[in-house]
Amino acid sequence: MTELLSLSATQAQQALQNKDCSATELTSAYLDAIEQTSGLNNYVAVTAEKALEMAAESDKKIAAGTAGMLEGLPIGVKDLFCTQNVTTTACSKILRNFVPPYESTVTANLWQAGGVMLGKLNCDEFAMGSANETSCFGAAVNPWSADTPLAAGGSSGGSASAVAAHSALMATGTDTGGSIRQPAAFCGVVGMKPTYGLCSRWGVVAFASSLDQAGPFTRTVADSALMLSAMASHDPKDSTSSSHPLPDLQRALAQGVKGMRIGIPSEYEMDGMDTEIVALWQQGQDWMNQAGAELVEISLPHTKYALPAYYIIAPAEASSNLARYDGVRYGVRADEVSSLDDMYEKTRAAGFGEEVQRRIMIGTYALSAGYYDAYYKKAQQVRRLIRQDFDTAFAQVDAILTPATPTAAFALGQKQEDPLTMYLNDVFTVPANLAGIPGISVPAGLSKDGLPLGLQLLAGAFCEDKLYATAATLESMANFTTSAPKAA
Amino acid sequence: MSVDKDTVKKIGRLARIHVPETAQEQIAEELNHILGWVEQLNEVDTSDVEPLASVTGHSLPLRTDSVTDGEKSDDVLKNAPQSASGFFVVPKVVE
Repeated sequence: MTELLSLSATQAQQALQNKDCSATELTSAYLDAIEQTSGLNNYVAVTAEKALEMAAESDKKIAAGTAGMLEGLPIGVKDLFCTQNVTTTACSKILRNFVPPYESTVTANLWQAGGVMLGKLNCDEFAMGSANETSCFGAAVNPWSADTPLAAGGSSGGSASAVAAHSALMATGTDTGGSIRQPAAFCGVVGMKPTYGLCSRWGVVAFASSLDQAGPFTRTVADSALMLSAMASHDPKDSTSSSHPLPDLQRALAQGVKGMRIGIPSEYEMDGMDTEIVALWQQGQDWMNQAGAELVEISLPHTKYALPAYYIIAPAEASSNLARYDGVRYGVRADEVSSLDDMYEKTRAAGFGEEVQRRIMIGTYALSAGYYDAYYKKAQQVRRLIRQDFDTAFAQVDAILTPATPTAAFALGQKQEDPLTMYLNDVFTVPANLAGIPGISVPAGLSKDGLPLGLQLLAGAFCEDKLYATAATLESMANFTTSAPKAA
Repeated sequence: MSVDKDTVKKIGRLARIHVPETAQEQIAEELNHILGWVEQLNEVDTSDVEPLASVTGHSLPLRTDSVTDGEKSDDVLKNAPQSASGFFVVPKVVE
């Protein structure tokens, strides 16, 4: 069983093709692993019956020689993706009973490609958080924890935790400000945020629509490319969906970095940064250099303003998106109300958690009459400058190498006091969302406490080929093969 | 710019979130803390900068104005906390 669980997706694919194992055996092994690691709280719902049905179907297709791109591969789904007839909560009390009558485009694409759905994964409430602690189901736990439970990161904490714990072979996530890349770095797995528009947002519970993007969690870079190829599609049901074709990622994986120019942004060296992170970043530069890339010092002058701009833009969009939770059309409604307005106010006060309410309040304030120009418009102007920084950089370099997070995983409960401390987690990841460019977090080393650390690569919009070429090289140079101690 | 108790009450009303009297002071403090940090954006000269609302680079696509979906009222009402005769039911609005 453990042997099946340690296969990467591409290896599992080979094993299924060679009839070394069946899709049903593989899925059963994962369902057992989910049970075995249930203490990590990374699943909020397990769809065992559905998984076994889908696996049986995959076995038929493999036998018939009509296997899809992901045939028989067990996948966990962040509970932010609507799944038909399977409760989808966004890990919020207000949606605890919501059963979508439709399937999100991304998950539909995965099932179409033969993927097997294992269940729904824990995340921060409405994807707002960096430690999975705002979930109404409690936090997902990092499988690298020893005695003290560590944060799996957020918002896609359950996805990162499950892939690292070998209770999902792959998982979907969403990334609005780092919600894929930060938890991936914390849990020692590969997390990728595509170019804005590459994966459809249709059927994904909306947080900040101009920033939200779905992406894959996997154990290897090659698996990431495979899963992204299945997830991405042009979707007329998402007006921001791109018709730009996905570049040839298989070719990119084998391409190497010889002759490529990798930018090192001086502004990412921040005061008070963990020395281990600084050392790993330097190590990453050496690796890329040894692999034949040319390192180029670049400047992204508005970097420090990305986070404050994000914390106006994202809450502003959230306050508008979350207006739909009114207790009328879906979700939980408050009892004992005296009027329609009273019903709205009580429903939302009882249904939303503290952090979600805080962000709705900030967003509402930033969009309100008299403050719009000072906050929202200002943030959008800074956003353009950040985008221009990247445009200038990518005129000189093929990719940018940065740390993924300012620290390794921290203990759960540690950073709840001051929301700003938590926001600072996303300092290296937020700029890519504002600019709409792709980014990937690759596990690259261990801290002195034995916790995984990640490096981030960024590329220009729709340059996923360059991103995967550099990520595959980084992965092979780093040769990160350690498994989480609490993995099944 | 500073948020006080009355502003919190007003924002709560706009956002349709009931904020108990006892929590208003603390929320005002939290919002001021965050907004104070955001104010570093004022260090950036943006006088000639066009705001960036979308990174897609393409204008929103148009489709033919025709019905492509429908006949799904059961699906639409399936998750409603309260419904009757094909309608959503809400507390009485008009006496």
